[in-house]
Amino acid sequence: MSAVLGKKVGKKSVDHVKISREFIADEPHIAFHDKRLWTLRTLRDGQANAIPEWEELRVLASGIKEHTLTHLADYLEEFERNATANGVTVHWAKDAAEHNRIVHEILATRNVDTLVKSKSMLTEECDMRPYLEARGITVVETDLGERIQQLDDEPPTHIVVPAVHKLATDVAEVFADTIGTDRNNADPHYLAEGMRQDTRPYFLKAGAGMTGANFAIAETGTVVTCTNEGNADLSGNVPPLYIASIGIEKIIPKMEHLGVFIRMLSRSALGSPITQYTSHFRGPRDGGESHYILVDNGRSERLAMDDFWYSLKCIRCGACMNTCPVYRRSGGLSYGGVYAGPIGAIINPTFDLKKYSALPFASTLNGSCTNVCPVKINIHEQIYKWRQIVVEQGEVSFVKKEAMKMAGKVLADPKRYRQWTAGTNKALAGLPRSFLYNPFNAWGKQRELPEPPKQTFHQWYAANRQAKEEDEQ
Amino acid sequence: MSSRDAILGALRAAGRTSTPLPDVPLFDADLPPAFEQFKLGLAKMGGQWLGAPANLDGWIATRFPDAKVICSAVPETDGTRRIETVTEPATLYDVDVGIVRARFGVAETGSVWLSEDEYKVNALGYLAQHLIVLLDPASIVPNLHHAYHQRGFHVARYCVLMTGPSATADIEGVLIRGAQGVRSLTVIGM
Ligand code: SF4
Repeated sequence: MSAVLGKKVGKKSVDHVKISREFIADEPHIAFHDKRLWTLRTLRDGQANAIPEWEELRVLASGIKEHTLTHLADYLEEFERNATANGVTVHWAKDAAEHNRIVHEILATRNVDTLVKSKSMLTEECDMRPYLEARGITVVETDLGERIQQLDDEPPTHIVVPAVHKLATDVAEVFADTIGTDRNNADPHYLAEGMRQDTRPYFLKAGAGMTGANFAIAETGTVVTCTNEGNADLSGNVPPLYIASIGIEKIIPKMEHLGVFIRMLSRSALGSPITQYTSHFRGPRDGGESHYILVDNGRSERLAMDDFWYSLKCIRCGACMNTCPVYRRSGGLSYGGVYAGPIGAIINPTFDLKKYSALPFASTLNGSCTNVCPVKINIHEQIYKWRQIVVEQGEVSFVKKEAMKMAGKVLADPKRYRQWTAGTNKALAGLPRSFLYNPFNAWGKQRELPEPPKQTFHQWYAANRQAKEEDEQ
Repeated sequence: MSSRDAILGALRAAGRTSTPLPDVPLFDADLPPAFEQFKLGLAKMGGQWLGAPANLDGWIATRFPDAKVICSAVPETDGTRRIETVTEPATLYDVDVGIVRARFGVAETGSVWLSEDEYKVNALGYLAQHLIVLLDPASIVPNLHHAYHQRGFHVARYCVLMTGPSATADIEGVLIRGAQGVRSLTVIGM
């Protein structure tokens, strides 16, 4: 993981406040980022409200995921059996290094020198691209946002919209330097067409295509991908060799369970009823070859953590990021890990607590993330749990020094919190402008640091509840 | 120990207490008429609906006057290239218009279902510049729960729920139709 981010943050603790400061100081970027993600959140609400059984679907999704996680080894064996029977070669990787080794070996033994790939957070997690590139394999990201990030040598800053922190003028600069578009033309249509024309030849000549997996069905051995661009379908159907990297938590038992998740994934992510393409890869086509790699990379360890195994239910919709006031105003890069936003604040510390000790403090604990999560992960409670662990393990000195500002202030002062967030949902759109965009604010400037909150979470929660009720009267 | 056994062993050792698997209802009470809902859903996702034209070839010629390569996977028209003559997916790079029949549609989302049986060569649906999909309106199922009970998902080696043309909003949220795949999707009821 560190190499992806090495350029930006190195190996030491990620200083969320410091990195976000650069982003926040740039008003046009932060204002756009905030507005764009809030739009997605609003669209999501429209979709959720239009479905009478929405809450029932969330309960079902959570229940199916929880059941699967409590029988994960059995379902993985079932998935392996069925995929193998379908003619797919199944591999197991305990960590990122093994995953990358397997991919390289598959490609190298077939003399593949070009790999087209669809966006996959797991391959980001494994830092696969530099590994393959160092071994002479050209890797081409084919999702527009991911390609922008690849060409700019930056990790994705959002799990669904990887380049959401960039303006069209930034993309025009990146594309002018890399694929030769006109530097002075920042029309998104022109830029997207430029990328299409540049990418097409790679699809035609690539020896292999690769995708991640949004879901994997034990009953049929099927890998499911959800994209809007159709790039997973191109990656999986044009080259002769197809590889899918699958996080072991992506398994669900049966095809009939998929409806629950597909109904909620894009509605939660982008506020559209479904992605343009929901694609199901069960076995190789005639004359083709398929490989599935089941990757652990810390997941089995997380399953054993009583407080945090729930995070494995995540379907990576990004809704918790879109709704998070801290994420929207600090940008994905400031989290310094593969996963940003609230989900990053609970997943990244399971990889490296010391490095990510500040992230659980990059939250107002307003609970909005938990409310929108389609699989009902108790995100804000997990964030609070991490804070306790960070404090217990003595990492708090760093945190106190650098990262308590936002959360500390808000939590220490429920009245202020109430002013800002009169009710979890509607209020998040309305933090005062001077607070949001003034670079000399709580996130922006080094000054006298507030003490960490004296309240416990429950005291805070009670106070906040009371505040909410008062506001609603 | 193999990584496989190490992973499975670690998962079992995590010792999570078993929770039950819930039943998923079909959620199909009081739904709007399927055909109307389908057309609405398709339009929302950027696809176009068309009633059966009197002359399919004539309609294609009018709608895509500049098309040089029209590749057909349906008996209703031959286009300029039959999909049966294609063996290498990448050779479909020059297709202007592809034509294929969907097995069923989904009213809730305006999606059509396609697999290798319909495509013959799956890449047809993605390398073509424009795609025409024939759909029998009687084959539209009410929602995604019904869709996922269709047998095709258990049999096809590749299948897709396709909803509108390829799209992206990755640059400043501006919606663009025709990202990496087809620039337009027309669904014809016939
Ligand atoms: S934690 Fe929930 S809301 Fe956040 S990305 Fe995962 S599934 Fe979506």
